[in-house]
Amino acid sequence: MLLNKKLAAFGAMAVVSALALSGCAASTEDANAPVTLTLATVNNGQMKDMETLKGEFEKANPGITVNFQVMEEGDLRSAVTADVANAAGQYDIVTIGAYEVPQWGANGWLADLTPALTEDKAYDVEDILPPVRTALSVDGKQYAVPFYGESSILMYNKEILDKAGITVPNNPTWQQIADIAKKVNTADRSGICMRGKPGWGDLFAPLTTVVQTFGGTWYDMNWDAKVNSPEFTQAVTFYKNLLDTAGEKDPVSYSFNECLTALKNAKTAMWVDASVAASMLEADDSPVKGKMGYAHAPVVKTKESGWLWSWNLAIPANTQHKDAATKFIKWATSKEYHQLVGKTLGWTLVPPGARTSTYSIPEYKEAAAAFAPITLEVMSAVNPAQPGVNPQPWVGIQYVAIPEFQDVGNQVAQLVADALAGRKTIKEALDEGQKIAQVAGDAHKK
Amino acid sequence: MKKAKASLITTFTWVLVFLFFFPVGWMFLNSFKSENDASSIVPKLFFNIDTSGFQRLMDRGMISYLEHSLASSVTSTLLVIALAVPAAYALSIRPIKNVQDALSFFISTRFMPAAASILPLYMIFKTLHVLDNVGALTLVYAAMNLPIAVWMMRSFFSEVPLEIVEAAQIDGANFRTELTRVVLPIVLPGIAAVALICFIFSWNEYFLATLLTSNNAKTTPPFLASFVDGRGLFLSVLSAASTVAALPVIIAGWIAQKQLVRGLAMGAVK
Repeated sequence: MLLNKKLAAFGAMAVVSALALSGCAASTEDANAPVTLTLATVNNGQMKDMETLKGEFEKANPGITVNFQVMEEGDLRSAVTADVANAAGQYDIVTIGAYEVPQWGANGWLADLTPALTEDKAYDVEDILPPVRTALSVDGKQYAVPFYGESSILMYNKEILDKAGITVPNNPTWQQIADIAKKVNTADRSGICMRGKPGWGDLFAPLTTVVQTFGGTWYDMNWDAKVNSPEFTQAVTFYKNLLDTAGEKDPVSYSFNECLTALKNAKTAMWVDASVAASMLEADDSPVKGKMGYAHAPVVKTKESGWLWSWNLAIPANTQHKDAATKFIKWATSKEYHQLVGKTLGWTLVPPGARTSTYSIPEYKEAAAAFAPITLEVMSAVNPAQPGVNPQPWVGIQYVAIPEFQDVGNQVAQLVADALAGRKTIKEALDEGQKIAQVAGDAHKK
Repeated sequence: MKKAKASLITTFTWVLVFLFFFPVGWMFLNSFKSENDASSIVPKLFFNIDTSGFQRLMDRGMISYLEHSLASSVTSTLLVIALAVPAAYALSIRPIKNVQDALSFFISTRFMPAAASILPLYMIFKTLHVLDNVGALTLVYAAMNLPIAVWMMRSFFSEVPLEIVEAAQIDGANFRTELTRVVLPIVLPGIAAVALICFIFSWNEYFLATLLTSNNAKTTPPFLASFVDGRGLFLSVLSAASTVAALPVIIAGWIAQKQLVRGLAMGAVK
């Protein structure tokens, strides 16, 4: 009996101490109290620079402190989705991709930024690249602001191609690129490097753009899946043949970083991937600096085949610090911020693909002369509302803007990777993928 | 012949040791390379030492993440030991009724994968306003490790010869004396082993820490992962972070090595 009482007392003590440790009383808001904003973000160069410069914002806005919580991309998606969907309020500002913004905006999870952005003439919201604004808006309401944007372009090692006497056109076709890749392919250097790592954001980012320019799509206007359609099949077959004949060995282990390393080390001659890679290839410590050439992503039936991606800052609808958070995201995506980055950290580090005016800054034009013009050209030309030959019921290029797509894309990418590795035929992979995609499509039929 | 066999076994052992140690050793080497050297296609064994990776850890405030990890791991381990000792005692030395049912109940709480319990846990944390709180995370870690600790500890307690306990009782030892003076000294190596395992489980826990913490309670594992960059090189800085994060566990394991081996072997022949 005594033992029971003692154990009960101990248990109670443990719970009470834990609750005391946890400070479980709800916090109350004081309008005049200093505000600490918590920003959830990814680990990329632009965000690291923003963290370095946030002191300037805090100096200009006494009483507001910004804490950066950097996370791995997958962790960020899980943590921020859980937080925003449950209105848990852990984060005042969230970094989300162009894929999430329209879905979360439509769900009412994000604050509508339109009034705050349009009323402030100095912010000049019209200066944001139009395709990016389109991708971040639902029914005319803008739910996020881009701090960095990218398309996909063709990057090639001029030295290698010059030696082979090859000139790459500014708007190449996929057939031209396949022919060039075969010509410059050697035993210790691939003609081209393309992503093959399974994942909706890995393999299927470039492959979806190839599918679209071949005339294929994931879904038609009725949300019927088109994964085993002749155009989709033709595109995947072309991709596999390209990798088999002139691509890297073991493509299923290659994504952005692996191809970047290969191109830097002259282990591949060409690469079609994110335009942001150009700034890394032209960095001071890059062995291929000044030796690279850039062109539009190759096409077949469409005029452009570049993708469109942006990392954006958004404010969860339930945040208690909406005004302070709005101030910060406007500062971090303003023209003045771009000037600050250029003057403080270097002009090549100015966030690309967000504002048109960035490409008129003389210092930036000079520092990023090798890749800035093509980035602006491609980013202004792509059409996220209809990237392929036929209309589609969502806005977005290398992804389908439905919640199920992460799962569908990952599963189908695994099947296609199996086909790339020779473990399945393309037909088997796409027939199976069709079934998976159709289940998700059925959920969106009206 | 015998000699040849022995040297073959020795060589095989060294090969195995090398295979196990190589990834850790390579991680250590990478932590002192520049990013370009660390991700070079031809692996570099000789390189210019570059400690900028460690500098970046400090700039990103790794100390506070280590503090959160240490607080949650040490406190949860102490809590687990404090609860598992009496539980194991009641399941072996002075067995309660239906010991098997109790044991099954304990372990059944681990049947559900963490991913299945995260949503209700998240909602409870949110309702109690304890998201992003080291104390609350500590409680979860304790709850997570308790069933395994009870099972392991019960096995160690079963090793204690009942005759010694009875002799102590005949000599007039009360419950407290019996536990602290007789039983605990015998099972101390087992307790050390359980404590070390609970500490390692909590220290390395990733999934719950990612979702239940944000600013004030984020632990080291999600911090490590935050260096993974889909658009740039990160191997050197990640290796530096992993080296630092592995140190406390290696040190704890090294200190407890003797106790750990003895403790793990204790319940093995029962």
